[in-house]
Amino acid sequence: MMSSWLDYTINGLIVGNVYALVAVGLALIFGVSRLINFAQGSIYLVGAYIGWVAVVQLHTPLPLTIIIVAAASALVGLIIERFGLRPLQNSVRIAPLLATIGISFVLDQLVMLTFSPNPRALPSQLPDVRFQVGGGTIGPLDLLIAGVGLTSALLLFVFLRYSKLGWAIRATAQDRDAAMQMGVDVNRVNQAVFGIAAALGGVSGLLVGMYYNQIDTAMSLQATLKGVVAEVVGGAGNVPGAVIGSLLLGLVESYGVAVFGTSYRNLFAFLLLVVVLVLRPNGLFASARQAPPEPLTGTFIAPSRPVRIPRWALLVAAAIFAILPFFPVSFYVLQTLINAWLLGMLALSLTLVAGTIGQVSLGHAALLAIGAYTSALLSLTFAIPVGLAIIGGGLMSAALGTALISPSFRLRGHYVSIATLAIGEIVSLVILNWESVTRGPIGISGIPPLSLFGYELVSPTSIYWFSFIVMVVLALLQARLLGSHLGRSFRAIRDDDIAARAYGLSLNRYKSLAFIFGGFAAGISGGIAAHLYSYINHETFNTQQSILALTVVILGGLGNVVGAIVGAVALVGLPEVFRIAAEYRILIYGIVLLLLVRFRPQGLLGTM
Amino acid sequence: MAEQHIMLSLRGLTRRFGGLTAVDAIDLDLAKGELISIIGPNGAGKTTLFNLVTGLDRPDAGNVSFEGQDITGLSPERLAGQGIARTFQLGRVFGNLSVMDNVLIGAHTRLRAVKPAVPVIGPLLELGLALLRPSSVRDEEERLREEVKAILARFGERLLPRIDQPAYSLSYANRRRVEIARALALRPRLLLLDEPTAGMNPTETAEMQGLVAELKAEGLTILLIEHKLEMVMRLSNRVIVMDEGKKIAEGPGEQVRGDPKVIEAYLGHGLSGAAEQESAA
Repeated sequence: MMSSWLDYTINGLIVGNVYALVAVGLALIFGVSRLINFAQGSIYLVGAYIGWVAVVQLHTPLPLTIIIVAAASALVGLIIERFGLRPLQNSVRIAPLLATIGISFVLDQLVMLTFSPNPRALPSQLPDVRFQVGGGTIGPLDLLIAGVGLTSALLLFVFLRYSKLGWAIRATAQDRDAAMQMGVDVNRVNQAVFGIAAALGGVSGLLVGMYYNQIDTAMSLQATLKGVVAEVVGGAGNVPGAVIGSLLLGLVESYGVAVFGTSYRNLFAFLLLVVVLVLRPNGLFASARQAPPEPLTGTFIAPSRPVRIPRWALLVAAAIFAILPFFPVSFYVLQTLINAWLLGMLALSLTLVAGTIGQVSLGHAALLAIGAYTSALLSLTFAIPVGLAIIGGGLMSAALGTALISPSFRLRGHYVSIATLAIGEIVSLVILNWESVTRGPIGISGIPPLSLFGYELVSPTSIYWFSFIVMVVLALLQARLLGSHLGRSFRAIRDDDIAARAYGLSLNRYKSLAFIFGGFAAGISGGIAAHLYSYINHETFNTQQSILALTVVILGGLGNVVGAIVGAVALVGLPEVFRIAAEYRILIYGIVLLLLVRFRPQGLLGTM
Repeated sequence: MAEQHIMLSLRGLTRRFGGLTAVDAIDLDLAKGELISIIGPNGAGKTTLFNLVTGLDRPDAGNVSFEGQDITGLSPERLAGQGIARTFQLGRVFGNLSVMDNVLIGAHTRLRAVKPAVPVIGPLLELGLALLRPSSVRDEEERLREEVKAILARFGERLLPRIDQPAYSLSYANRRRVEIARALALRPRLLLLDEPTAGMNPTETAEMQGLVAELKAEGLTILLIEHKLEMVMRLSNRVIVMDEGKKIAEGPGEQVRGDPKVIEAYLGHGLSGAAEQESAA
């Protein structure tokens, strides 16, 4: 028993060492640019695949492999910094956040398209022996990982402490404006930091691939999340804190696996994140009370005047879509538009939460999942009519979604995105593990088709009308909400939450109301989807859908109700019109997101 | 003096940031209808003091009482509900909201019809009422809109013609005016103004000074941070001088102005904006 505990401890420290390589990069970047780099995991993924090419195809020796991976990853980091982020230096705070999300998607998709999504074996080039240490065992790869971790920590320390560029980085981290005034070239500092972070991230991906002898494209998101967890636990921007946070995370996971089993590994990581974010948002090593930063007003989202669309134009457009099935349109067109209406409901929800009240949620698909599972189980287990079951799904999504996110209401900006991403993962993991209710990995099959007042809606025309009407009703309700005092209260909180509080607006109350309303719309969308698909599992509603919804929202204009629907039709419809193969679509969504952030941050119809 | 109704009272109020004591054992009594100015060099702790009074920051020691009640450490939203309104040094308007909506946010604590004071389900009722909008809710909104127009009219033609424009499109001086309009919409019992004339030219400053004088004449209790000494001398019942977190002088304007400690604080810290004003005056 003792020996296995020692094994788990060693394993935890080794895994923690790997996380540290990711987290240190995140901490360096956060330090100099107050940005959480959501693309860090993608660089880790790129590093792993470059390593695979080097080892399996070029048969390079280990030291050379590490150098190749570090250099190539650093190059990717430099490209991201130069072309993805530097042009956004003077733009609104949401821009670099969205850009790193877009970059992450583009990189992941490029790797997937190049290497296929199937896992690959990444053989360790070290002899497979294990040494007895005390009661546990340790292998050469463990030693290598520990060695790489310690060496890079030492090199980084010496670099930051004694080199001129290192001084400049530390000065920039402490006070960017002052550093600039003293002649520090902040662009060079950013370059250096992104290069170092990417090299560390890439090597980390290589080592993890060797450790598990397997790499696949799902690694990216997991790595970003783990790195962010470790970094936040250690205190954002705190480099030694990130190392300690990583080791702690490795241990927590390892012991969690020891007690509960492998499928709980990530659950512990994300719970740790949420607990730390809620209790000590500045990290374990920072003082709990720090003076709140003073943001400039209205800079989180791009200020713009929304495009005014005359009421008659909206009515005409709605009428055309309503009578569309009377014309000889193909099943394919109706099917595409049904998908657009379902995505439109999700986008309405997200545009309220991310746009109107400024909480950029990256886990919105979890609300779909909650609505879908609730509606499916209500109709299957309790034989509740489908129409009511879908409303039940909406209500459950509103209640549970709001309850889950509520601990994060005191967070701001990037932290909200991290928390929602983690909560989305937690929901998916709970669905996977809570077999008695959700049927676990098997999923739910045989979900009854849509029906209303006893009539089954199975023809494409009736499904089309049903989903269209539901979406229009939700849109009208949301437009009415925006015209009330709640609309201005939400927008005030988004523009400046401190001034809003000083005028009596409780953040908890109004963020709850926004998530309740938005959660309902998303839950309805998920509920309808469940009855359309007839089969759902824990992967049906994934992060890709969350990002797609976010792209729709940015495309339409943050907070813009009509924009959400236009964006949904555009992003679902245009790939169909141009017959773009399915595997390229996500790539295109990522590129669309990047182009929008760069060239039209207010979207097509403008921010509301 | 003994008969005076004390509205705001600070005792030993202290706030430390690491090794720096930003606010150091400040005592202050502000009577109803009184206007006290707080002056001092940059970094003296004036804005931190405002943050402590309005709940945006919590003191490390000491207490704040308002109308005889201890309000130390209460949240800003509760203090707004009690009638404390403030403006911000850097001008924190809601950039994407129109002038009308900005000022309506100021009246948020006065919403009754749409915000029933029912425990637990109150927020849900608020959501329902916002969507249904019965006549009581519509009337309340209409009344407040009229009131906002009346408040904006106090700024002459500065804001009324721009009532539907987003605040980000306003000039710096107009944003400061919107902030003050927003504070007035709360119908404050205590108003804290943090450098209302910062960045304004002499004409605009004179206008603002006229407005603050009007507010004072209407009986509003005001705590003012201001660097422009001429305005401070004209408006204040009393002046408090802060330096390095401590209160170094207190009294009528003319008396404080000649205090050697005050002169030293300004000159010893180099030329702050106030010192320039002083030498110009």
